[in-house]
Formats: sequence, C-alpha cells, structure tokens
Amino acid sequence: MSDHKTMTLTLIVWRQKNASDAGKFETYTAKNITEHHSFLEMLDCVNEDLIYAGKDPIVFDHDCREGICGMCSQVVNGAPHGGQDRTTVCQLHMRKFKDGDTIYIEPWRARAFPIIRDLIVDRSALDKIIQAGGYTSCHTGGVADGNAILIPKPVADEAMDAAECVGCGACVAGCPNGSAMLFTGAKVSQLAILPQGQGEAARRVMNMTNTMTECGFGNCTNHYECMAACPKGINVKFIARMNREFLKAQFA
Amino acid sequence: MILDGKCPTGPIEQTWDKHRFDLKLVNPANKRKYNVIVVGTGLAGGAAAASLGELGYNVQAFCYQDSPRRAHSIAAQGGINAAKNYPNDGDSIYRLFYDTIKGGDFRAREADVWRLAQVSNNIIDQCVAQGVPFGRDYAGYLDNRSFGGAQVSRTFFARGQTGQQLLLGAYSALSRQIKLGSVKMYDRREMLDLVVVDGVARGITVRNLVTGAMESYAADAVCLCTGGYVNVFYLSTNAMGCSVTANWKAHKKGAYFANPCYTQIHPTCIPQAGDYQSKLTLMSESLRNDGRVWVPKKKEDCGKHPNEIAEDDRDYYLERKYPSYGNLAPRDIASRAAKEQCDDGRGVGPGGRGVYLDFADSIKRLGEDTIRERYGNLFEMYEKITDENGYKRPMRMYPAPHYSMGGLWVDYNLMSNIPGLFVLGEANFSVHGANRLGASALMQGLADGYFVIPYTIGGYLATVKPGQVKTDHAEFKKCEADVKAEQDKLLGINGNKTVFEFMREVGGLMWENCGMARTKESLETNLKKIPALREEFWKNVKVTGSGAELNQQLENAGRTADFLEFSELLCRDALHRNESCGGHFRSEYQDAGEAQRDDVNFCYVGAWEYKGDNKEPELHKEPLKFDNVHLAIRSYK
Repeated sequence: MSDHKTMTLTLIVWRQKNASDAGKFETYTAKNITEHHSFLEMLDCVNEDLIYAGKDPIVFDHDCREGICGMCSQVVNGAPHGGQDRTTVCQLHMRKFKDGDTIYIEPWRARAFPIIRDLIVDRSALDKIIQAGGYTSCHTGGVADGNAILIPKPVADEAMDAAECVGCGACVAGCPNGSAMLFTGAKVSQLAILPQGQGEAARRVMNMTNTMTECGFGNCTNHYECMAACPKGINVKFIARMNREFLKAQFA
Repeated sequence: MILDGKCPTGPIEQTWDKHRFDLKLVNPANKRKYNVIVVGTGLAGGAAAASLGELGYNVQAFCYQDSPRRAHSIAAQGGINAAKNYPNDGDSIYRLFYDTIKGGDFRAREADVWRLAQVSNNIIDQCVAQGVPFGRDYAGYLDNRSFGGAQVSRTFFARGQTGQQLLLGAYSALSRQIKLGSVKMYDRREMLDLVVVDGVARGITVRNLVTGAMESYAADAVCLCTGGYVNVFYLSTNAMGCSVTANWKAHKKGAYFANPCYTQIHPTCIPQAGDYQSKLTLMSESLRNDGRVWVPKKKEDCGKHPNEIAEDDRDYYLERKYPSYGNLAPRDIASRAAKEQCDDGRGVGPGGRGVYLDFADSIKRLGEDTIRERYGNLFEMYEKITDENGYKRPMRMYPAPHYSMGGLWVDYNLMSNIPGLFVLGEANFSVHGANRLGASALMQGLADGYFVIPYTIGGYLATVKPGQVKTDHAEFKKCEADVKAEQDKLLGINGNKTVFEFMREVGGLMWENCGMARTKESLETNLKKIPALREEFWKNVKVTGSGAELNQQLENAGRTADFLEFSELLCRDALHRNESCGGHFRSEYQDAGEAQRDDVNFCYVGAWEYKGDNKEPELHKEPLKFDNVHLAIRSYK
C-alpha cells in the first residue's frame, strides 16, 4: 500500500524528429515518481515538465493503457516492454525501479518498422501480413450455427493461446533477425487449429510467409527472444507449427 | 419539435423482418458506384466496413490508431450476450429484449431493442465462422456464463479477452476486404469535421496525424462509429485517445445529441491511487459471478487487514439489499450502492474510496485453480497495478466512468437527422436506454455493423444519385480552412497551463458534480464553472510544436476543447431531466436510495440541437411508447 517515498530517475531517451532525421539520445530527469506510477505515467510527468519549459514532449504510442490494445512500444533498458514477464510497457510500474536508476528508452528497432518520430514506429507491415491471409474467407451472414461444428475445449484453448497476440511487435523488436515469425505463426496456428480455418490453411501459410519476407522481416534462428519479449506469452511452438503447415503446403 | 424514430409498427416479432423487406435495394452492379466513409474501426466500424465492402460498396475507413485492430472495443473483457438458450435455462429473444428494456430503465425504443435481441444469435455464428475461439466445453459445445441484470446464462466469452477476440474477428474480415481492394484503410487519421452540403452529409475533414496535413474525403454516406465520451470525466476506463470530437463536430453541423446525461459508471474498477493517474482500469463484471462484494460493518475496521475482519463484521451489502440478484445486480445499482457505503464512511483503501471483492468463498468451494482458469488474466492485471494478490486478499474496487448510453440521435435505420449521416455502436443512443447491461456493448457494436447497416444504408443509397459532391466543392475547402484556423489558434496561445491540467479540471468538475449522483445545485455550479474554464482554456493553454508534424499535444488540445463544450451540454441535459433513471441519478428524485422515474413527464428521448457558440441548445423530444413491455418500477430485490 501507499507510502509516500518518491524517486528521482535519469532517463536517456531516443529523440528523432521524423523519419529522415538521424536521431540521438537526450537525457532527462524524472522527479517525484512514486512506486504506483505506471511507466507511461512517469513519462507523462516528464512531458509536463518539458512543456512548461517550452520544449517538445517525448512522443510515444499508447492508447488503452491496460495491456491489451498493443499500441505501446518501447524498448526499456534493452528489453522490449521493459522485460517484466508478460507485461506491456503501459502495465510496467515504477515499483520495479529504484531511486537513482538510469533508464534507457528506445523505439522498436527493426528494418520492417521505420521510425516515425521519437519512440513511434510504423508497424503497418504487420497489418499487411494479416491482409495476406490472416482470416477465414467467410461472408457476413449465411454461416452455420455456432454449435454445428464441435470444437472440444483443449482444441479451442490451444487456438485461444495463439489468438491472444496483441500485434504490438515486441517479438520483432526482441529478435536479433527482426523476424515476425512469432506474430505470423500465432495467426497461422490459430486458424489451422480451428476447423473453420483448415480449408484455406495451405494457401494462408504460403501467402502470409511470402508477405512476411517481402516486408523485410528476417527469419527465425531459434533465439526464443520473441517469446521472452511477448507480453502475452505466445509460445514458440506456434512457430514450429507454422513450419509444419508450411511444409505440408508444399505437398498440398 | 417532436422527433420521429420511424420505427416499424405491428407485432414486434415481425418488425425487423418486415422492415428489411420494405427497404429499397441497390442492385449489385450499382453498388460499386457508391462511396461510403466509415469513421472508427472498433466492433461497429470494423464490422460495418468489412460487411459493406463485401457487398460491393467502395468503402473508405478511418482510425486514429496505427492499425484498425486497436480500437477500444478490444478492452472489453467479460463477454457478449445472445439469446441462444443453449443452457436450456429459459432464455429467448423475448427475454433478452425484455431484460435490455428493463435494464435500460425503460428509456430505449422497443423496436430497436427487439432487433438487437433478434440478431444476437447471428453474431455468435458469424464470429465462430471467423475463427473466434470462444470458450467451449470438453464435448466441444459453446460455453456460457452469467452476467449482471439477467437470471439466465447467455454470455459467450473468450477467456477474459472477449472484446479483443471479437475485434480481431472483425479486423480479419476487414483485412480481407482491404486486400481485395473494396476497402481503403486510412490509419493515423483523426476526423475533425463533418462536411454537410445543402443539408446532406457529403464527407469528412481529417488530420493526418503523422504529417499534420488536412485531408478531405467525399462520399455518398458517412458512418460514424466513433465510440463514447466518458473521457469527459478525465479518469475513465476508456483508452487515452477516446474522445467526443467526431460526434461533437457532427453535432455542431446539425446532428442532434440524444440523452448525453446517460453515462454508465462501472462498479468494479481498480481504485485511483494518485493525482498523476492517467486512466482507470476495469475488472470484468464477470468477477461478480464468483466474487462477493462487502465493506466492514464498523467504521473502525476500515483500516484493518481485510482477512482480520470477522465474518459477522462484514456487510455483504448487495446480497443484503438485493437478495434475488445479489452480487449480480445491474451496474448502475451496484455502483451507487458502493458509493453509498463509502459515503457512509465504511470504504476501504486510499481515501476510503473502495469496497472489497472477495473470492475466498469461491476458492474454498471451487479451488484456486478453477478461479485462475476463469479469471487468471484479471488477477494478474490487478496484481500488476496494485501489487496485491487477489487470491490471498480481497481485491479493492471502486466505480469508474465506463460507457455512454447517450449519443447522436438516430432513427430506426441508424440515420441521424442529417440525411446521409449514419451513427453506429456506442456513438449512437439507441438501445441501452439509461443503463446498459453487461455484455451488451459488444452485441450492439456487432449487430449495427454486421446485421443492421448493410440493409439500412441500401435503403438510403437507393434514393440518391452517386458521386454528386466531390472534394473540390467549396464546402470542403471551407471545412479544411476552419479546422486549420482552430489549430493555429490553439498553437498561438502559448499560455501557462498544459492541456492535461485543463482536462483534469473539467473532468474533476464533471465527476464531482455530474458523476454518480447529481443535484440541481451541483449541475448549476457546473453550468457556471465550465464556461469560465473554457474561456480560460482559450486564453491560457500551452501547446508546443507546430501543426505540420506529429503533435500529440495538439491532438489532445483539440479533444479537450471539444470536451469543454460538450460537458456543458451533458450537464444541461442532466439538469433538465427531473427524474432519476438508470445511470442518471438525481439525488432529489429517489425512494430510499432507489432511482425514482417520472414516466408522466420524462418518458422521452431528449435530443439537443446545436444553435451556435454560447447559445442555448434547443431540446427536441421523441416520445417513447411501450406496447410490449409494461412500464414498471425496476426491481432487483
């Protein structure tokens, strides 16, 4: 519960005016931060000070601030989302830091994610992968009753494990190859596990992996950094599953 | 003026089918000649854009986030209702219809609610076909849970992430249409004006949030799927980017704003910890299935560790006051009851603003593993935010602004009073009356997007010639210039207070004087203070940077400026409604703590017309008729 100790922290933050600017680190001080501040609320406080001083605040993507929309995207001390297990940076709280700490804050860094400004990157490549086949081709209306095809709980649960991905891109940021295999594998697997998606499974995995490569994402070399960075704990077994689906598709 | 919702008449169970048949059709070859704009890509917007694209219309979709997958529908945890009656516990379309009308405290249209209940079953089937991994049993059948305000189990769920999974379903359907070229997606765009030519909606003005450029888009119809406005309270469960801006701009262009005072305060949210806080986090209502709500009976126990307070010294006030619904009393009632206990000095946690939600009994009965399976992600989220373990110690909860039942006025076809302007989902006012029941928001968003607008928009488009107004029309230029001028003004003030300070201030006034309980006096206070604050804002706000770049301060300044105008309308609506109903509780009108409706004088939709800056808006009324449900005092005792 609340005691009123406050912390002072040194922030070293990546500032970059726009996509063509070279960018550089700037140093700021965060004052009067309590253990109950979320990481982004800490940045809000720093930004208020910057605005009072007539300077441009640090821009960063964020929206729901409850760990589900996938908008927030910061590398904190070298770890996407700050490295706390299954936690987006908006849910990281300052009780994980101590008075006097120095914190490095950077954007996602990957070839497929060009920087837009400061900590904001362009992740539209992830949307392109989904557009290539991350769906079942059903029309609105005219579908069967929800119970017409039975899906036993373990199957539904496994699909749900894959479906939890929030599309934040931490897996890409964490991967030394800038690979989106965990992201793509999760969607390929969800729809390959469920009977509703199986008819198009071969076409889907081919189109999605092709697009993945075209967008500039690297390949998987089994570092497992993606799983460590994933705020939803998506398992690398879904990459293995995607590889199997890919192989099967060669013979389809 | 008396408004007409153009609801079909006759036996209620035939209204939607008959209306669908009566609607004009656009032939398949002609559909591609029509352009439709969809603003917002949550459940309503995502579903609408995908479905209209499938039909063959040319769709342009817009969202302020970096991807259409991120809208705040994604945060809905608990579930979605449907009248499937799979558990065989007595559910039916009629019962869902009845529960929704009653839950809304008899302030919604019967025909709209009937349609919602009727299409609810199609939604579940549609989502299953998309690959939404709903919870199922070992045999493979869809599973259900209970939710507030109902005595049947009709809620479908995907762990604690139902909204996310449904939104990803709509997003996948939308992505398919984007790939096929029927939908053009514009992300990181914020709608800042509605373009109306000769009284007809013809397009929108948006700001490209990356470059700062003003852009115009023309269409034969505009669908606003732009969500709710409870960020007017500053701290709410909404995402940071949720605003009233799109709806308010449309209102200023002539669209009526209906029932703005109907705001929902959700009973189970994590209490506020400090002044720096930027948002409040909701804990799904489904927790009340297995959690028991209580506060200490004695004030002197409030500071004690909850596990040290004896059973006899606990007041399970919901079970005591509402024995038949108990902890599953509807949201407005549960929220007010929590406030009552805290006002009585028996609240717990910082500032005495909290009640306990206790799982000890359920854990004893079902085991911790079962509770973890049902709500694990919620317990995790609670621990991340509060550093407390909900399995070992009761959670602390306090009500927080969550949803707006009010919104832009629409007729039965979801068209506003401006021809060509349609409003879907939370952005309209139509089905939840004065209080929304749990698991009904997802249902409404998807109903409007998948199963209503694809029919009703055709009925309108069949009557108009496509492509009549293009973006070279003078009105588009004027709108761009107006928006630009307002931004330049904001950037030029260079005052002493930040945007956040103003938003905190207006939000504070709204929560204090127009929150869970309102009085004539508190509302009149706001009607004096808000205009003064607005004046100060336009003299003293500080916005750094320029308009020709990515500028989040400027975005927030525009949204705050609109909240500073809209909040006044909300208070005015609350002041005029001399009754208590649902989420609108006027302390003067109560019967021993329960809301006291006045059906003789207030059984109508109050829709406000904008009359100009600093002028009093004009109230229009749409009388509500109840032919199928008997107007009764709402009782959950």
